[in-house]
Amino acid sequence: MAQTRPARPVRPTIPAPEKIPLTLTVNGIETRLELAPWTTLLDALRDHLDLTGTKKGCDHGQCGACTVLLDGRRVNSCLTLAVMKDGAKVTTIEGLAKDGALHPLQQAFIDHDAFQCGYCTPGQICSAAGLIAEGHAKTPDEIRELMSGNICRCGAYPNIVTAILQAMERS
Amino acid sequence: MINFQYSRASDVADAVRQIAADPKARFIAGGTNLLDLMKEDVERPTRLIDITRLPLKAVEDTPDGGLRIGALVPNSDIAYHPQVVQRFPMLASAILAGASAQLRNMASTGGNLMQRTRCPYFYDVATPCNKRTPGSGCAALAGINRMHAILGASDACIAAHPSDMGVALAALAATVHVSGLKGERSIAFGDFHRLPGTTPERDNNLGADEIITAIALPAKGFAKNYTYLKIRDRLSYAFALVSVAAALELDGDTIKEARLALGSVAHKPWRDLGVEASLRGQTATRETFAQAADAMLRDAKSYGHNAFKIDLARRAIVRALTQAARSTPQSQSNKKIR
Repeated sequence: MAQTRPARPVRPTIPAPEKIPLTLTVNGIETRLELAPWTTLLDALRDHLDLTGTKKGCDHGQCGACTVLLDGRRVNSCLTLAVMKDGAKVTTIEGLAKDGALHPLQQAFIDHDAFQCGYCTPGQICSAAGLIAEGHAKTPDEIRELMSGNICRCGAYPNIVTAILQAMERS
Repeated sequence: MINFQYSRASDVADAVRQIAADPKARFIAGGTNLLDLMKEDVERPTRLIDITRLPLKAVEDTPDGGLRIGALVPNSDIAYHPQVVQRFPMLASAILAGASAQLRNMASTGGNLMQRTRCPYFYDVATPCNKRTPGSGCAALAGINRMHAILGASDACIAAHPSDMGVALAALAATVHVSGLKGERSIAFGDFHRLPGTTPERDNNLGADEIITAIALPAKGFAKNYTYLKIRDRLSYAFALVSVAAALELDGDTIKEARLALGSVAHKPWRDLGVEASLRGQTATRETFAQAADAMLRDAKSYGHNAFKIDLARRAIVRALTQAARSTPQSQSNKKIR
């Protein structure tokens, strides 16, 4: 039976809000920003701070490509409003290497060929760093389960699990 | 994303004042569902009231031996909280069955209750949906409805409530504490969410001026005989087709008390006090569990694609009660169902 399509409601006119000042400490550097409230943390990083290592995949919290560490915990930066995180510490893939040496997870991903196209990799590595800090995963089954928020369309999952196991043993 | 105003609530009273003053405003905490819906053009708030700085982050013992969980405690903090793991493991298990580690780090306790259905027609603004646009019709009734409700639905809406955590909270007889212009009140978990009836646009009974402040668990946690069994299309990070929270208090093989709630089969976590009462005094056998499953599903109705869910739910109930009786709760990392 044919159903009528609802007309799209007319949007009320909302005055453009003033940009909101905020401070984020990104990869150890205190950064002052002025952002419109709808700017996600992901867009703040990529478009306002030129930190394009964090990737926009689905932009809906389904793929994990945008994963960063926020005050040490892994989150989807695409579903986080930057203005809500005033004062927070953010670590992105660009902030993991120390003094020119790769983070153990970055080295392990190379050692075990844990990527093909590489688009999901920054999110995979940030997510794995959060996973190791949380300390709840011990077995491959547990790693797979607690990494399920990071999709790899190339299907590098077995090598990702092996790489994370290696980094866990060395951390 | 759409244009909106942003403000912060300084305390609970301020949050209540702000939401009461602006019917098109929404609270935001974890944002995992609301921001997604705003990007999809389903939710169009004119103002977001940031409540993340409110002092609602404590997990505390209550005088009656229960546990009170602040509305802003992240889902992952509840799932790994020592008191929850030890005394309310069914709740921990249900939380870990849902979403992803990142989303659980972000999503709040109160927000989990406020999340909206994942009915694809609700999300697709090009299709009719009585929940999104009252009076426009329900595209799911004659559409692809394999994920949809089999219990308590109406001709206006067959959407299912997607929460895992809520199914355990229903079985544990939790209480929702809220604050509004008229003061504080508490709502039994079973009375918090609604069936769709003719007003599917209303998911729950929270007043327009009210905010969730905490969830309280009564002392009884059923830590010995429980399970949370979730059946879904893939092993992780998927919404349930059917889920079952089952808990028993046993004296030998005799059931002293039973709790049973189903997820993703109705517009709310589905608990049936009559079925629980009928299990009291029975012997914990497969036959007893099968009778309970039949009783739970006595009014189940198929809308076409979701016919399989009735049999699936029946078998999941029997399996879950068996797991609970044997003290072999479903693992949320090794997904083999035993």
